[in-house]
Order: sequence, then C-alpha cells, then structure tokens
Amino acid sequence: MGNVSINKLDISYDTTFILNQLDLSIEDGEFVVLLGPSGCGKSTLLNAIGGLIDTTGGSIYFDGNDVTWADPKDRGIGMVFQSYALYPTMSVEKNMSFGLRIAGVDKETIARKVDWAAKLLQLEPLLKRKPASLSGGQRQRVAIGRALVRDAGIYLFDEPLSNLDAKLRTELRLEIKKLHQKLKSTMIYVTHDQIEALTLADRIAVMKDGVIQQLDTPYNIYNKPDNLFVATFLGSPSMNCLEGTLYSNGGKVTFFSADMLLDVSDYQFMKEPDDGQHVTMGIRPEHIQTLEADKEDANLVSGVIELVEPMGSETLIWTRFTSQQTLSHSVSSELVFAKGERVNVKIEPSKCSFFDTETGFRI
Amino acid sequence: MLSILSPTNSKLASKRGSSLQMQWGRIGIYGFLLVTALFFLLPLYVMLVTSFKGLDEIRLSSIFAMPQEFSWDYWKIAWSSACTGLECSGLKVGFWNSVKILIPSVIISVMFGAINGYALSFWKIKGANILFACLLLGAFIPYQVFIYPLIRVYAEIGIYGTLTGVVVSHVIFGMPIMTLLFRNYYSTLPLELFNAARIDGAGFFKVFFVIMLPMSTPIIIVAVIMQVTNIWNDFLIGLVFAGSDNLPMTVQLNNIVNTTTGERAYNVNMAATILTSLVPLIIYVASGRWFVRGIASGAVKG
Ligand SMILES: Nc1ncnc2c1ncn2[C@@H]1O[C@H](COP(=O)(O)OP(=O)(O)OP(=O)(O)O)[C@@H](O)[C@H]1O
Ligand SMILES: [Mg+2]
Repeated sequence: MGNVSINKLDISYDTTFILNQLDLSIEDGEFVVLLGPSGCGKSTLLNAIGGLIDTTGGSIYFDGNDVTWADPKDRGIGMVFQSYALYPTMSVEKNMSFGLRIAGVDKETIARKVDWAAKLLQLEPLLKRKPASLSGGQRQRVAIGRALVRDAGIYLFDEPLSNLDAKLRTELRLEIKKLHQKLKSTMIYVTHDQIEALTLADRIAVMKDGVIQQLDTPYNIYNKPDNLFVATFLGSPSMNCLEGTLYSNGGKVTFFSADMLLDVSDYQFMKEPDDGQHVTMGIRPEHIQTLEADKEDANLVSGVIELVEPMGSETLIWTRFTSQQTLSHSVSSELVFAKGERVNVKIEPSKCSFFDTETGFRI
Repeated sequence: MLSILSPTNSKLASKRGSSLQMQWGRIGIYGFLLVTALFFLLPLYVMLVTSFKGLDEIRLSSIFAMPQEFSWDYWKIAWSSACTGLECSGLKVGFWNSVKILIPSVIISVMFGAINGYALSFWKIKGANILFACLLLGAFIPYQVFIYPLIRVYAEIGIYGTLTGVVVSHVIFGMPIMTLLFRNYYSTLPLELFNAARIDGAGFFKVFFVIMLPMSTPIIIVAVIMQVTNIWNDFLIGLVFAGSDNLPMTVQLNNIVNTTTGERAYNVNMAATILTSLVPLIIYVASGRWFVRGIASGAVKG
C-alpha cells in the first residue's frame, strides 16, 4: 500500500489558482521529493495529499481508492510539519502516542511502538519531557517519531529539516534515508534544499508556480534538465548559460555564440535541430575541463581569468572569453590559478544541454 | 501588579539611577500614583468607617472620622435581617441567588465562547466570516434592545422568571464577547498544530478538549474574570428575567437602599454595598496577576 495518483488537481484560494491541473503519480515505496522556490505550491500540494485543504477540482487516489474528500485520519498517512507542531501540553511520549491512543490501540502495542521510535531516533532519555524543554533538533526528531509510530503507508514531510543547523541537517538527512530503506513506505518530502533533494529522492518533482516542471531521477534532473528553469534552479554553483545559434549542415551541427564556435554534433538532440535555430547552451561548471594554455584540442576556448573563488574541495574560476561571455568552471583545489592568467577550457558537447531560447524547452 | 513591574524598574534604575533627574522623575511618578490611589480609595474609606458607626454618630461626626463605638451589628443586619420591601431577611438570600446564577452562567458562557472561538478559527465552515461579523455586531448592540423580545420568547417556552431564564440570558449576552476573546486567542495558535491533531485522527471535540483547551489557561482566566464581574454586577437582566424568587444580590441591594419607610440606615446601606461588591473585588485582587498575564499573552488585542 502506498501508491499515490493525482489527476488534474486544482487548488485555488478565492480566484487565484495555486495548483492548476496538476498530475502526479507515485509508486508504492518510492521516495519523491517536491523541490521548488518559495511559494511555488509545495506545501499546498502536500496538504492536499494529506487532506488538510479542500480541492477545487481534480481527484486524488491512494492505491486506486478515491480519497479526494476523505478525512485526513482515514487516509493512512503520517505527516511531519515544517514548524514541528508538537502538542505543547503533552510530554514527548504522549506526543508520539497521541494518534495511537485515539485509534484505541492497546497499551502494550503503544509502548512497544513508542519505544521502537524512541530508540530509532535516540529520544529515549527525553520521553518524559515537554516540547518546550527540547532543542530544535530534538523537537524535529519527536515530530518525525510521532509520524513514524503511526504505521502509515504514506509519509509526508514538509521541510522537516529546514530549521536545523547544517551539521544536524546532514545527520538527520542520513537518518531519514536509512529509515526509508528500512520501512519501504512511500515518502513525499518537500524541500527547497537541492542537496537534500538530490541525496534523498528516488525521483524529484521540480515545481514552479504550481506546475511540475520535471519529474525524474536525480541524475536526469541534474544532467538532463527538461527546461531552462530546472537547469538553472539546480546546481550550486549554477549552470552556465550561453545564448547562440545552431547551424546544421549535413549531420554536422555547430553552435555559434559571439566569437565562440563549437562543434556539437556529439550532442544527442531529441530531434534534428533547425538550421539557424536560436538556442541557449547550458553547461555545468564541473563539466568544463580546464587545460593549460598551450594544449591543443577540439572545442577549445581560450580566455582570461577574472575571479578565483576557493570553495574548499574545489575552486571555482570565472573566465572571460569574449566581451559578453564569462563562464564559471571548477578545478581541483590543488591547482593554483591566478587572476589575469590565460586558460583554455574544453567544452564536451555530450555533457551540455541545449534549450530552445524562445520556449525554454530542451531540444 | 507592582511585583510584576518592579523588576524592570529596578533594572532601569541600576542602569542610569544615578542621574538626579531620574530621581525627581520617580518621586513625581510615585507622588502622582499615591494621590490617584487616595482619590479612589477615599469613598471606600468613607463607606468602611460609616458601616461601623451608629446612626447618631454618623449624624453628628464628620464622615471621615473613625468610628468611636466600633460595631459589627450593621454588617450583620445587612447580611441577615435588612428589609427588602416586605421581606426582612437581608442580603444573604440575594447572595446565594447570585451564586446560583453566577456559577452555571460563567461555566456555560465561557465554555460556549471557547468552543465557538475554536470552531471559528480552525474549522473553515462556509459562512464562518458572516457568522463572525454577526457576533461582532451583537457585541455592539445595546442589549436592552433584546429584552422585550426575549421576555416574549421566554414566556412562550415557560422559562420566564426562572433561574434557567437568567442563566440563558447571561449566556446569550456573554456569547459575542466570549467568542471574540477565544477566537482571537486561538487565531494566534499555529494552524499546523490543529492539522497535526487531525492527521493523528482527532475529531472536532477531541482536538478541542485534548489539544486546545489545555493550552487555553490564560485566556480562560481572563474570560472567567470578565464574566464573573459582569454577571455579578448585572442588575437589569436579573431584575427582568429572574423572577421574585431568584433576584440577585444587586437587585436586593437596591431594594434595601431604596426602602422608603423609616429612617435611612446609612451604616447598613454601606455594609450592604461593600458586601455586594466583595466578590468581584476578591476576584480582582486574587487573580490580578493572572489577568495581566492573560492580556499580555496577546489575548485581547484586535
Ligand atoms: N491561505 C491562503 N490564502 C491565499 N493564498 C495562500 C494561502 N496559503 C498559501 N497561499 C499562497 O499559495 C502559494 C503557495 O503556497 P505554499 O505554502 O504551497 O508554498 P511553498 O511552495 O510551500 O513555499 P515555501 O517553500 O515558502 O514553504 C503562495 O503563493 C501563497 O501565497
Ligand atoms: Mg511550504
């Protein structure tokens, strides 16, 4: 159990549509991350799946059953809220067991489940405390525990790690991933942190303005983005974008941008590009090879270093190639480059993404 | 009150207390407070001393003078044998009537207000906003307007002139302000808390009694204080709806003070008046801290 299927879902407040004709289909046991900028409707979608807001149109199915108008308690879900939402007057133990007590589960089972969750989340010493006397990370774990004891087929997480410091966030991210591997339940996880999305997800749904832009594996989302928005939203440092023109000549395709001329015949076009089509080329900094100035190779471009940003494991270099174009490319932090130095970089066409400049779609 | 204010004052004072100007400022403030307090305490003082004096002494001495022959007799008379019209059994009947009216009225109106406020702020019922607007309007319409229609309705259903009648009236008239109070309090609580409880499977009343009510202590205290003082001090509703067997203390006080036969027993009147105002007074003194805390917790804004 845990199959979710959403058909043509509309959610609107008054007259403004937050979600418009949204389709989403999630397999049993899958970990799907909803990723997108603030205000794009991630929480709204999650709340709709949880039954916490009324839908304007469309339908939601769990395992083939229409639950569009079902009460939250009848949906078999566990949910972790962004703001923890722990019951302030109850102890940690009571917080976690509240749902079970309402469901009339016997005391022994409740104790067993609470113990299990407490052990899993290392909450055992805190069971008797009230939420007010817990740290943020502890509260977060209680909130996760409260959702887990419910034995739900589907777990909904709304930015569960957003209020934590970087270290704790990494730790809990790992915990959640392990949990999913252990429980094998369906998990739908909202975040606007792309690292979280890329590390946790089986599939990522990138959202913008209430529309799912792409639903795919982290690899494809990162390496084969469907459109310019997905391409630029993911990745830090972000993808380089160059506007230019494609010339197609008997199987040989060249990309021309300002003074730059690249042979991109190796790129897998979804269909034969038009001759003279205006396109945007996207290339991630780590996919640009940096060579010394005297090396000779195909598809080499040469430029002058403008800025060097050390980032720990690697160094990001901003190089100006023509008067309008700077590209960022990363090199191992052991290599030393200085501002003003001349470098050659090699752009591998198969690692690039091409988008139609007008529509923004991948070609 | 003072115990709440003083820590901040002393902190301020230690920070820049050395300045002479501050010292004069404080003397000015305390002087002003003292004068104001005296001004408001003076009538109470006069009432107190008068209630212990015999009538002759009242007539002859200054109203500010302390009693020469101190006597509790007039308090006893006021309590158990002063005449309210034909009957002469003092205020105690009225006191117990007021208690009988007060307890159910306060409990029911606070409870209803809490449930209404909770329903209005968490359950998105269609037309909830219109309902709330009506309640707001209800809080501003002078309730005298409703009295005649209510009398007719009560007479029709047979609760006119009964304890039930007064209690129902107090609940009705207290509803708008109680609902407003609780709605404002609950709208400061996060919606996600409510959603979490719903995911956990709690229904309308379960969420209310198990989650919301235990979090409502400060606002319940404010509500109870407001209702106790309002209902205890009420005169009109008691007079109109209670019927002669259930007249509240305020009405009986009026009857005692206004009896026209014989000489005016100022001492008894004073004692009776103090007795009547004792309940709200005690409530205020005992719960002032809580009241301030409840209001400060954002309960009565907006
Ligand atoms: N009660 C409401 N009434 C009107 N508009 C609302 C309401 N709740 C949310 N919205 C709007 O719906 C849109 C989506 O909100 P939502 O909370 O789903 O965003 P989100 O993707 O979760 O953003 P974030 O990452 O900041 O949490 C926003 O533009 C928001 O302004
Ligand atoms: Mg959100």
